Amino acid sequence: MISDMMRMIRLGLKSLMLHKLRSTLTTAGILFGVASVIAMLAVGEGASEETLKRFRDMGVTNVLVRSKKPDETQQTSSSSMMSILGYGLLYPEADRIQNLLPQSKVVRVREFNRGIIHGENWSSTMIVGTEVDFLDVTNMKVKEGRWLTELDMVTQGNVCVIGESLARTLFPLSNPIGMTLLIGIEDRFQVVGVLDYQGRAAGPNGTTLDECAFIPLSSSRRRFGDTIRNTSTNRFEAIELHEIKVKLPSSAEVEGAANVLRAMLAPAHAPKGDIEITVPLELLREEEKQEAMFNLVLAVIASISLLVGGIGIMNVMLATVTERTREIGIRRALGAKKKHIIQQFLVEAGVLSALGGLAGVGLGYIVPKLITHFFHQNTIVLWIHVLLAFCISAAVGVVFGIYPAWRAANMDPVEALRHE
Amino acid sequence: MQPSAPQTPDFRPIIAEFVDVHRHYVMGENVVKALNGVSMQVRKGDYLAIMGRSGSGKSTMLNILGGLDRPTTGEYRVGGRDVSKLDDDALSDVRGQEIGFIFQSFNLIQQLTVLENLEVPLFYQGRVGAESRQKAEYLAERVGLGGRLEHKPMELSGGQQQRVAIARALMNDPLFLLADEATGNLDSNTEQEILNLFDDLRPDGVTIVIVTHNPKVAERADFTLWLKDGQVEKLVDNRTAERDAARAAGASASGGHS
Ligand SMILES: Nc1ncnc2c1ncn2[C@@H]1O[C@H](COP(=O)(O)OP(=O)(O)O)[C@@H](O)[C@H]1O
Ligand SMILES: [Mg+2]
Repeated sequence: MISDMMRMIRLGLKSLMLHKLRSTLTTAGILFGVASVIAMLAVGEGASEETLKRFRDMGVTNVLVRSKKPDETQQTSSSSMMSILGYGLLYPEADRIQNLLPQSKVVRVREFNRGIIHGENWSSTMIVGTEVDFLDVTNMKVKEGRWLTELDMVTQGNVCVIGESLARTLFPLSNPIGMTLLIGIEDRFQVVGVLDYQGRAAGPNGTTLDECAFIPLSSSRRRFGDTIRNTSTNRFEAIELHEIKVKLPSSAEVEGAANVLRAMLAPAHAPKGDIEITVPLELLREEEKQEAMFNLVLAVIASISLLVGGIGIMNVMLATVTERTREIGIRRALGAKKKHIIQQFLVEAGVLSALGGLAGVGLGYIVPKLITHFFHQNTIVLWIHVLLAFCISAAVGVVFGIYPAWRAANMDPVEALRHE
Repeated sequence: MQPSAPQTPDFRPIIAEFVDVHRHYVMGENVVKALNGVSMQVRKGDYLAIMGRSGSGKSTMLNILGGLDRPTTGEYRVGGRDVSKLDDDALSDVRGQEIGFIFQSFNLIQQLTVLENLEVPLFYQGRVGAESRQKAEYLAERVGLGGRLEHKPMELSGGQQQRVAIARALMNDPLFLLADEATGNLDSNTEQEILNLFDDLRPDGVTIVIVTHNPKVAERADFTLWLKDGQVEKLVDNRTAERDAARAAGASASGGHS
């Protein structure tokens, strides 16, 4: 059975070799169809993969509530240059969230920019004042030393844990653990830990976790207060907390918790518009939905291009059948049944389009690499897509070969033998 | 029905038999009676030529003999079985198993090698394998083409191509060979070679039916069946005809023919 099939494929190839140029040109339709499908899927996959990773990094069991500066238009009318603009999340709100969602971990976050100096090395970066659970909620690991402890919180200790790249900037040659840093002008902090490399953003401004220094929230408040001078507007802004991260025990509880939070925070914040609730899980689902939509559109485009390729195959197979009428007559005289003739031409059509498909797979594999190289666009070629595209291309040949094969099989053997 | 057959009963099995075969073509109002009540028999080992003027029904008869066409009425028996009402698949098997076709224009498949051409009939019987290759080698040798198995038909002369076609016709051990003007495309030397090859095959028990309009070809057969207007005009025993001619020429003749 298998050897018969191999024989049919081998002899089918020989028949296609009768018209090399024609066969080659015919496969081009399938080739470009398959190549473009694979390439487009790779680009789509690459783009959404980046987005999905970003959302996954935020934590699929987390709900993130961030303070946000209210609309500019509202404040210019209501406040003068010298007044302090107060907005955003407040300390007691974190406690209320914890009460409403007792199963969850609630972490308060305060952020501000300062220069950090150690000896001759310095960096201007983001200081994050936070609590013990931050490490777990952001899913980070300590590389060396330790993370912040409850004791650090209670004692308002001058200790800090630094990100991986900040450690390399400030301590290019030495071990940071136990060293003292100058944060701002006068505050000295001792480094107690260095984090693993994370490669992801700490917040919306794009600073990575690896560049940050983490200090106890209590120390942050005592040393640096709640007021920040906004360097761009030259105005003072009072913000107690930049973010409250809420980690739920499982992703099943995320949606309910998000609704609870929205309802709880709306009365105080909705009118001012000074907070923003982000649910990574929802973003993730949204992105996945968009990807599915993208793939659907792609499938339609792919079908059209393969349809065109298929029509090309049908055209050529019809010509082949007519040219080889006599061969069909001979085969019938030598005992071929209709089904044998059908098989023969279906195999030829299948081989023709599978060859196109194979070349298309090759091209479809190379093109995304070129896109990545020249346009710096992340692309991912999934093997399942390659397999799918190839199988569809072979199937296209068979489907569009059916009618020509049927015509061949239903020729009158006597007439076929008489054909010149 | 062999009107001029010898008196002694013939015990050889009947391989192919027409029983009052009609083949009518309906052309609008007209009915063309291409075969109009033909009865005949071919026995194992026979060498029969079918002759007749153009339009007498030779091709029609050949098509039915070859299982490519069916009688309108009447029976066509192959190996004792009526095949005139078989469906397309069953008739294909009759062609593939019982009949060895040889055509005027050789009809080898151009893109296939000699070996692959020889294997075509067995492929449709699901019998391609090591054995089929041995058989192809044997038959290629038998028809004088040993060592040419990997050649393409285009690389062979007409006579060689026809030898391949004869070997191909023998691949299935058919009940009879059916040749359609088998030497029509060959020069007279090659024609003689092919006809000699037929003679060589006969001791192996090969039965041959040949359709021709060439008397020189026909007289090499034992019998000539003459068609006229879709009917059997006469059946001539070429051996007795030869003998009569020889007698007329005054030479002595010995009558026994096995
Ligand atoms: N397919 C056909 N349709 C109609 N008439 C046909 C067909 N084939 C043969 N005939 C007619 O049948 C008669 C016998 O034809 P044919 O068997 O080809 O004779 P031969 O081969 O002896 O020349 C002729 O009159 C021919 O016109
Ligand atoms: Mg004719």
